[in-house]
Amino acid sequence: MSDALITPRSRSLAPANRPDGVLPVALDGVRYRADGATLLDQVTFRLRPGRLTTIMGANGAGKTLCLRLIQGLLRPDDGQITYATGPLNEAGRRRIATVFQRPVLLRRSVIGNLRHALRVYGIPRGDRAEMLADLLHLADLTALAHRSARVLSAGEQQRLSIVRALAAEPDLLLLDEPTANLDPYATRLIETLIRAAEARGATVVLVTHDVGQARRLADDVIFLNRGRVLEQSPAQEFFDTPASDAAAAYLAGRLLL
Amino acid sequence: MLARTLMTLMLLFAAVGISGPATAADRFIILQSTTSTENSGLYADLLPRFEADSGIEVRVVAVGTGQALRNAGNGDGDVLIVHARAAEDAFVAAGHGVARHDLMANDFVIVGPASDPAGINGMSDTAAALRKLAQAHAAFVSRGDDSGTHKKEQALWRAAGLEPQADGDWYREAGTGMGATLNIAIGMDAYTLTDRATWISFGNKLDHRVVVEGDAALQNPYGVILVNPETHPGVRARDGQIFIDWLLSPKGQAAISGFRVHGQQLFFPNARRTN
Amino acid sequence: MGDAITEALRLVAFGDAALWEIVSLSLRVSLTAVALACLIGLPLGALLAIARFPGRGVLIVATNALMGLPPVLAGLLVYLLLSRAGPLGPLELLYTPTAMVVAQTVLVTPIVAALSRQVIEDLHQEYDEQLRSMGMRTWGAVMTLLYDARLSLLTVALAGFGRAAAEVGAVMMVGGNINHVTRVMTTTIALETSKGNLAMAVGLGLVLMLIALVVNGAVMGLRSAQAVPRHV
Repeated sequence: MSDALITPRSRSLAPANRPDGVLPVALDGVRYRADGATLLDQVTFRLRPGRLTTIMGANGAGKTLCLRLIQGLLRPDDGQITYATGPLNEAGRRRIATVFQRPVLLRRSVIGNLRHALRVYGIPRGDRAEMLADLLHLADLTALAHRSARVLSAGEQQRLSIVRALAAEPDLLLLDEPTANLDPYATRLIETLIRAAEARGATVVLVTHDVGQARRLADDVIFLNRGRVLEQSPAQEFFDTPASDAAAAYLAGRLLL
Repeated sequence: MLARTLMTLMLLFAAVGISGPATAADRFIILQSTTSTENSGLYADLLPRFEADSGIEVRVVAVGTGQALRNAGNGDGDVLIVHARAAEDAFVAAGHGVARHDLMANDFVIVGPASDPAGINGMSDTAAALRKLAQAHAAFVSRGDDSGTHKKEQALWRAAGLEPQADGDWYREAGTGMGATLNIAIGMDAYTLTDRATWISFGNKLDHRVVVEGDAALQNPYGVILVNPETHPGVRARDGQIFIDWLLSPKGQAAISGFRVHGQQLFFPNARRTN
Repeated sequence: MGDAITEALRLVAFGDAALWEIVSLSLRVSLTAVALACLIGLPLGALLAIARFPGRGVLIVATNALMGLPPVLAGLLVYLLLSRAGPLGPLELLYTPTAMVVAQTVLVTPIVAALSRQVIEDLHQEYDEQLRSMGMRTWGAVMTLLYDARLSLLTVALAGFGRAAAEVGAVMMVGGNINHVTRVMTTTIALETSKGNLAMAVGLGLVLMLIALVVNGAVMGLRSAQAVPRHV
């Protein structure tokens, strides 16, 4: 990952001096193209510490792409993403954790997946046992600790991937439609976990189509349409008085379902 | 807990592999040899006697004479026992060998199917028999591998005034060792030239039998050569010479003539040193 | 064939010392070669699976093609290397079990590299984004992939072992089929065939297949024991 494309705004600030770590994160005029199509254009927004931001928008609006760019998995073709800690290096990338829409779990037991994450995230050996127990408990997976991760239910897998992300003790937790395929009970468990993540100091970005969920959780809403940011506003304001026709239509469409 | 499968297996493999060779004699020599002496069981009878006398292990690499000469010509061997006089002399002349000594002899025979389509059974004039065989276009399998037997066979055809080509008709080239060639000849109901030692000890004769024998032209002398340490540093010349001296000694010669398969003597000692 | 089966049974039942010496050398040579081939081939396969560099496609094709390397050619190359007339002549390795291990390693490494490349590449496609999002560098990712693909890679190693244990051309050429020193199952079978002892040859062949069966059975047992999801 070339640092040149992710220009730092404040190189001098070391993470240790900042309780908010990589935050705030700012996207400034970001453009991303693939196969000749512009998928994101002039995307500018700011993620502030402690505020749960939901990214909403129709399929193909570019929501998941935003997460990948923030995590540093992709580079913008134009524009900048700036992090409070400076250019995103390996250490910085570990301050951010992503839970993908379809959880990618290793072919190991539940506890094996968590052990792997703790090791990768560089958690000191002596702290790992305690964190393991804590994370298993948090996900309510203690009883299934030695079960192969791949035989878990969809909800259990999603819970495991969220606590695995929390093993990084991230500043920023990126969740891509974590409840897309879950029943209401499993959804509620995930939402509880998201609250717990916030309580542990993670700032959460949540991509979701579930307007009810967004109403329950969001502090801020970013609304994307065809690769452009149409709105970035406090949740209440967005839901009560959407500024754009597209957002209004989107919300109405959801209500029609 | 699930861990270590591959690791364990690899360590196991490695541990198994590291343990030393089956026998690790301090003193040994490599003998590049023609196959007839090995396949007939001569070495199995002879070498333990020598090893008991000398404490030197003889490791036999049994390949065709041509291959044995080439290997020894690369310095890969200390002593050579082969049967192709002209090639042996050339080997020594080229500086690869110290000297070539007569060791022993037996004879070649032509074997063929009991039905004897060429009608050569009982003949002792090899040249006449080969001409008859060629006229009848009876199937004949040649070693075709530049071995001592192959060289001998070519010389016999030349002496008969013929130069058969392996064009897929009756004259076939196997391109392989004596035993494999016999298997092919037997499978094809064909004639072939073999040394008598290999033939007598061969286990898959079916109804093949000796049809031509007893010609002076069928003599098969074996020579023994020490690979030249001046040309090929690393050759175990001292122990190699001890082996050669033993073979040529009355004791070694007696051991050769005492070797029997099915009650028959296969090799006839004729030690004669060349200086 | 009846003779051969009787011979095989006799060999196994009475297990004469000569047979066990040959069997154990076969196993030692082939298993060591497979272990070395894994040591070289797995990282190479992982590299080809994950890294993107110019010439990668050519290398993959070459590795795949080398799976068909004729044993005799591998034997000849190693012979030329280890011969006293060759560059490594002074090591005096020709006609030793070590030479046979080297030749079989040359044969098996492309198999391990090519097959593991496929296995790891498939898994890599699945894991890549997750591992990168966790900030893993290439080396760590490779270790994770190797570990998680271990059961498939075990099958890859078995394929390599099959190739090593079954080939005769390479070990014949660089080992010399020396009694008590470099004589293994396959060269013994070739020797007995050339002596016309066909029943003995087929009997030995049956013993060789029995060994392959036992090795494969043991590994499959290990596999299934590992694959069962365990409960607390």
